[in-house]
Amino acid sequence: MDRKHFFSTLFTKPQTPGKVMDATSLKSTLKKYKGRWDTPAVVHFLKHTMFGAQPADIDYFKNKSFKKSVEQILSDAPVPSTAPINNYNDDKITDDQVPLGSTWVNASNFNGMVNYRRRNSYKQWWTGLMINQDKSLTEKMVLFWHNHFSTETNIIDNPVYCYRHNILLRQHALGNFKILVKAISTDLGMLRYLNGYASTKKAPDENYGRELQELFTMGKGPGSHYTEADVKAAARVLTGYTIDAKTLTVSFDAKRHDDSDKQFSSFYNNTLIKGRKGADGAAELDDLLNMIFAQEELSKFICRKLYRFFVFYTIDDTTEEHIIVPLAKIFRKNNYEIKPVLKALFSSQHFFDVAIRGSTIKSPVDICVGLAREYTINLPPALTPADDTLANYSVWEFVRSQAANMQQNIGDPPNVAGWPAYYQEPQYYKLWINSDTLPKRNQFTDRLLSYGFSTKDGRKITIDVVAFAKALPHPEDPDALINDSIQFLYTVDLPEVEKSRIKSSVLLSNLQGDAANHYWTNAWNALMTKPDDAANKKIVVNKLKNLYKYLMNRPEYQVY
Amino acid sequence: MKRRTFFKYTLPSVVMPALLGGFKMQAFAGNPLLYGLTGATNNGRILVVIQLAGGNDGLNTVIPVVFYSAYKNARPNIAIAEEKILRLNGYDKTGLHPAMSLMQQLFNENQLAIVQAVSYPQPSFSHFRATDIWLTGEESNQDLNTGWMGRYLNRLYPNFPTNYPNSFMPHPLAIQIGSVISPGLQGPAFPMAMAISNPDSFYTMLNEKATATSTSFSQDQIDFIRQVSEKTDAYADVIKAAAKKITTQSGKYAEKGKNPLSDQLKIVSRLIAGGLQTKIYMVSMGGFDTHAKQTDATDTSIGAHAGQLQKLSEAIAAFMDDLKMQQVADRVVGMTFSEFGRRIKSNASGGTDHGIAAPVFVFGQPVQAGIVGSNPLLPDNATVNDNIAMQHDFRAVYATLLKNWLGEKDADMQDILQKDFATLPLIKKV
Repeated sequence: MDRKHFFSTLFTKPQTPGKVMDATSLKSTLKKYKGRWDTPAVVHFLKHTMFGAQPADIDYFKNKSFKKSVEQILSDAPVPSTAPINNYNDDKITDDQVPLGSTWVNASNFNGMVNYRRRNSYKQWWTGLMINQDKSLTEKMVLFWHNHFSTETNIIDNPVYCYRHNILLRQHALGNFKILVKAISTDLGMLRYLNGYASTKKAPDENYGRELQELFTMGKGPGSHYTEADVKAAARVLTGYTIDAKTLTVSFDAKRHDDSDKQFSSFYNNTLIKGRKGADGAAELDDLLNMIFAQEELSKFICRKLYRFFVFYTIDDTTEEHIIVPLAKIFRKNNYEIKPVLKALFSSQHFFDVAIRGSTIKSPVDICVGLAREYTINLPPALTPADDTLANYSVWEFVRSQAANMQQNIGDPPNVAGWPAYYQEPQYYKLWINSDTLPKRNQFTDRLLSYGFSTKDGRKITIDVVAFAKALPHPEDPDALINDSIQFLYTVDLPEVEKSRIKSSVLLSNLQGDAANHYWTNAWNALMTKPDDAANKKIVVNKLKNLYKYLMNRPEYQVY
Repeated sequence: MKRRTFFKYTLPSVVMPALLGGFKMQAFAGNPLLYGLTGATNNGRILVVIQLAGGNDGLNTVIPVVFYSAYKNARPNIAIAEEKILRLNGYDKTGLHPAMSLMQQLFNENQLAIVQAVSYPQPSFSHFRATDIWLTGEESNQDLNTGWMGRYLNRLYPNFPTNYPNSFMPHPLAIQIGSVISPGLQGPAFPMAMAISNPDSFYTMLNEKATATSTSFSQDQIDFIRQVSEKTDAYADVIKAAAKKITTQSGKYAEKGKNPLSDQLKIVSRLIAGGLQTKIYMVSMGGFDTHAKQTDATDTSIGAHAGQLQKLSEAIAAFMDDLKMQQVADRVVGMTFSEFGRRIKSNASGGTDHGIAAPVFVFGQPVQAGIVGSNPLLPDNATVNDNIAMQHDFRAVYATLLKNWLGEKDADMQDILQKDFATLPLIKKV
């Protein structure tokens, strides 16, 4: 697909390690973090490894040792027990095979309008998985791999392919990278997206052969020197895969495979991949991956990408030497298992370096899913997270569409390179913030605190500020309320003078000094003991709404 | 990087995105021609509202000299010595707290009016509730969701924020200094004001250099977001432009950081002089909740409450001086209010507990100077239950400022104040 390739070349100019202000160049290394495992550390850890830090999760991890916490976060989440359902029948469209409330992932019917709605259902289901994530890195990794092996549902078109592709990413999310690359190379969705299914010996399509190297394994970093001839040779290796659209299966058709020898450049040590005949032709993929994975650059490329996703976007010479190179070594030594790399990273003093905290601008998915989790807006009354009810889908759609509105539409990144905020020098995450998206972020949080949003099925979505405050250790103490709210919502602190201003102007109607604290305490306690006192309730609720509105309008809320 | 260095650079942010309850102007900016049909006119008159949070002790602020013995008897531990009470020209029965010499001077120069004993029926003794009543203009047993200033601005500028700013009202309708928009400025659907979170953030915004050198990774991101947010706010530029027109201000303001009210009023004057057509400014100072030790133990003319009154007095005097210097004094009237007064009888801690009525100050060149109402009657042997009786409904003060100053019609009072209150003689007849 030429359009995608056109974009991908635009975005992947050779990268040199970025320059960073000397004053902030980090000296911390991969040595084990020995600092305190306190609330700020746990919040930092959770906001990076999950979507948002819920008070219950913070407690859970604080009560575990640091070592056990890292192990827990790297544990595999079970494959989802649910699959996306028909939540889309209405007076215009009725799915003639799948009843309302049943899953469509095994259906064989296929038509434009139903497909469109299934694609939405798929994205809503996925959003629901993120919101109801386990205490595991899995969901963040699924997003990482989705961005890395970028595909677009509107090009793949068939929602069953998209669903299976997603399941594949989940199965390997914390597994072996080499196995994942192989699985992706013969995946329904990817074959369709990058035209691999139509690549034959007569007309090899270079699309996947190129992106496999340029975007998925080798990158365009300083150590990557594969050639155009390598792209062509790889494309020939990859010929012969076809999709049976009726059975939704991939097969290798030897007749369409180029079984001649493929010569690679000196970058690949002049490797010659011998042509294999018949069904054995499929094994050339292993030969190709063995050759690619023999290059050290691959391990560095993937570790840089993980670093930029989980830590910070600038990689200077110090970071390259003290973080990337050692991580890449771990990656190779462990035969491309992902977990040992992430374990070393998340256990490191570097990851917990104070200078790292607050340096990531939240992606739209971070903002929307994180907010839904931190304020528990996902659960309609009387439903549990596991219920795949239509009502839940409407909430998930709300969260999904808000993130899409802020320029991160899961399932449909802009092109094969993924979202520019994850790779585009020199701005990176800053690309999420502009004069269109920043007001949208503020409006989103403000509105959830005022009259809320109504879903299609008439459900009202708002933030319950009293419930949120109640979950804090001491909501009756205005200083603790502000401190704890900041600690849960931000990863950077505010100066004391700012906090006391906030307390006075937001919580105490401009009363000043600690002597005035009891006015808030009395009002809060009165709400707890006499919840029916409407006048008092209004006072407390309005003050809390103002507090959270203010905190979420500050730039500090946009980073973690 | 040391943690301390890291935080040192976390400057207070300018909460520009919060200006309109999150509905940033940009999202609503539309065709200004649509607006012209509503035909609002702006007479250039400006109201400045000063909130004295905590419940100011009115009896030690405006002192009924004529009832001195009852006064002294009710609060022997905090009563101001008779000879120290500041005298007011033409009103020998009433005097001011000794810390208020600059306001005494304003009074004697015919730029200050005092409205005695302002409150409302069935008063609340709760700070939060009473503050809401004053700001919304609701009855004691009522629950309004809009503010009295918000309703006024909504009449003047209907449909805000749709199609604002526009050529008829290119500036914020109201500006508040504080982290959140006051309930007094809440309109039917949206807050009608923008907030400048605090004086520091205002000067940070004016001084672009302050955000140019980031010293940590997070600060770099935060500064970036703040800059984008300033750029996307429809009012940031006009505010900056207005502020930058004024390079010299009165030297009478307190040194920055010493008097919070003075710092706020200095910004207000600068924006008025810089040409903003903004109708209402709201500022505040706290520290009036004087339950204990409100005076020095030996000299009752000094101490905590005296300090607050001195700041109030100095800030208003400097503000007035500045308005004259900037040649805009004829367009500005200010008022103070506090959510309630305090008890007649002092308590044993050398303080006073929550009470009912208290005086309101109205100041400015257009003000009809003098005292409206009479000295509060004090019982000879005040008990803990004795309160200063209301003489004026606070909404009569609002009605006066709305009609006689801002130019609203009698017919609009129903909308804004729920009924038409008789006006008080507070504004000079032109």
